[in-house]
Amino acid sequence: MKKIDVKLITGRLVEQGIHLENKMSDEYLKAAAVCELNERDMAGLGIRDGGNVRVKSRFGEVVVRARINNDNPAGIAFIPMGAWANRVIDPDTGGCGMPHYKGTDAEVSLSYESIPTIKELMEDVK
Amino acid sequence: MIITDVLCPFCGALCDDIVVEVEKNKIIEVREACEIGVSKMMGHERIATPMIRENGELKETTYENAIDKTAEILVNSLRPLIYGWSSTTCEAHRKGIELAEELGAVIDNTASVCHGPSILAIQNVGLPSCTLGQIKNRADLIIYWGSNQAEAHPRHMSRYTSFPRGFFSEEGRRGKKVVVLDVRKTTTVEVADDFIQVAPGEDYPVLSALRAILAGEENVVPSCVGGVSKEKLIELVEKMKSARFGILFFGLGLTHSRGRYNNVVNAISLVRELNAHTKFVIMPMRGHYNVTGFNQVCTWETGFPFAVDFSRGQPWYNPGETSAVDILNREECDAVLVIASDPGAHFPKKSIEFMAKIPVIQIDPYPNPTTELADVVIPSAIAGIEVEGTAYRMDKVPIRLRKIIEPNHLSDEEILSRVLNKVRERRGE
Repeated sequence: MKKIDVKLITGRLVEQGIHLENKMSDEYLKAAAVCELNERDMAGLGIRDGGNVRVKSRFGEVVVRARINNDNPAGIAFIPMGAWANRVIDPDTGGCGMPHYKGTDAEVSLSYESIPTIKELMEDVK
Repeated sequence: MIITDVLCPFCGALCDDIVVEVEKNKIIEVREACEIGVSKMMGHERIATPMIRENGELKETTYENAIDKTAEILVNSLRPLIYGWSSTTCEAHRKGIELAEELGAVIDNTASVCHGPSILAIQNVGLPSCTLGQIKNRADLIIYWGSNQAEAHPRHMSRYTSFPRGFFSEEGRRGKKVVVLDVRKTTTVEVADDFIQVAPGEDYPVLSALRAILAGEENVVPSCVGGVSKEKLIELVEKMKSARFGILFFGLGLTHSRGRYNNVVNAISLVRELNAHTKFVIMPMRGHYNVTGFNQVCTWETGFPFAVDFSRGQPWYNPGETSAVDILNREECDAVLVIASDPGAHFPKKSIEFMAKIPVIQIDPYPNPTTELADVVIPSAIAGIEVEGTAYRMDKVPIRLRKIIEPNHLSDEEILSRVLNKVRERRGE
């Protein structure tokens, strides 16, 4: 299966912010379980806008929905901050308390699996 | 009833011009706020009653039972961690710090996964800063570095920076230049005059190159630094030097990426050096509406702004050792009390895997991923909507949060006060 190497960046989006205190809802899943990629990266993976992708790093993996964002440079994957992004980020704090929320090396590939709900994500860590 | 001049308890911009219409103790309309603020104030699903987990299931209980169970867990814990605080009042912060001291606990705040590195940098090199009012009235060059404020603080530009006409900025947007530096072309770029794309993790060398050019040493700067051409860097330095009043706002693009607090040290140093040429200031784009307030209260109560360990009987501060993610990653604590935050969603997988193994107490108005891990759940009233109190805006200006409707739940401060009394009772004090 085709894969691309990316730097994973996580951060705020308005839609994710709107549902920040509504995290058990479907709307939050739609807003935060998303991976934005450049159109060229998407085409290289053979993925269409709205298809599911697996984002995987040394620290974990998660399935989210891919979305085209051509304002993203090639090689950068953006996932809104939150429960899905944090399955993949590097937990090391570099001795200052702060995990690597931006810049974790990850790979993205096509996935036929469904996006886990919050309840499924939390069952997975128990 | 229409209530004016309401504060929005969401982000660090702490907008204080919101208009809210209330009918029969229910908010029916919110005006002037951004989409996120409207969503917050109109309300979401709430935790209805206190709950205690039995045989894997959360079962409804009374406040009294949940608070007693909380005290039992905390008193029996050798190394409790108390974490959160950014979406509640300074009055609750004060009570929480008293509880942490009583327990010999570690108390930490969401700053440690947000602008904690900025605080470390400020402790190193200081912070030439000002209030947002000064920026509104004086700034003619506005730089956002690693900050997508259009998504994170949607009214920041319209209230404080690019758009308002101020006392010395009568022309409004026409008289101001806005520059964005980021690794992606974010939505903030759409309303900027210039965008400089920095390669991921390369902010530090770009800042160093700007400092070298400013010091007149441009001959040591290579033709391209961190994906930015030398010409572009020289142009930016000229723009900064020729501003009457410049402001550099920085976001988590600096604190979350490679270099962390060193990036911020470099950014503050650049701004300090710019003051040899013109007036220039710098400000972190604080996220939650009262994350700044916790750092203020914690500093005047303990001497330190976050990540304070009371286990020695006196405050001990060493982020990296006493910060929440590190304590969880080292599997060091044996109970966690989470209040007004959601580490279940916002901490790395490794940290919450350990949380799942130890008793977790949650105090919050809303169900969230932390609820799924919690053994005791105590619902609270929403600060700034159902409870009044003090919050600090991102520029450290304290503003009074207003109570708009009557709560059906206890306030964070009241819950903590009752927990503290129960802890003392159980210890026979």
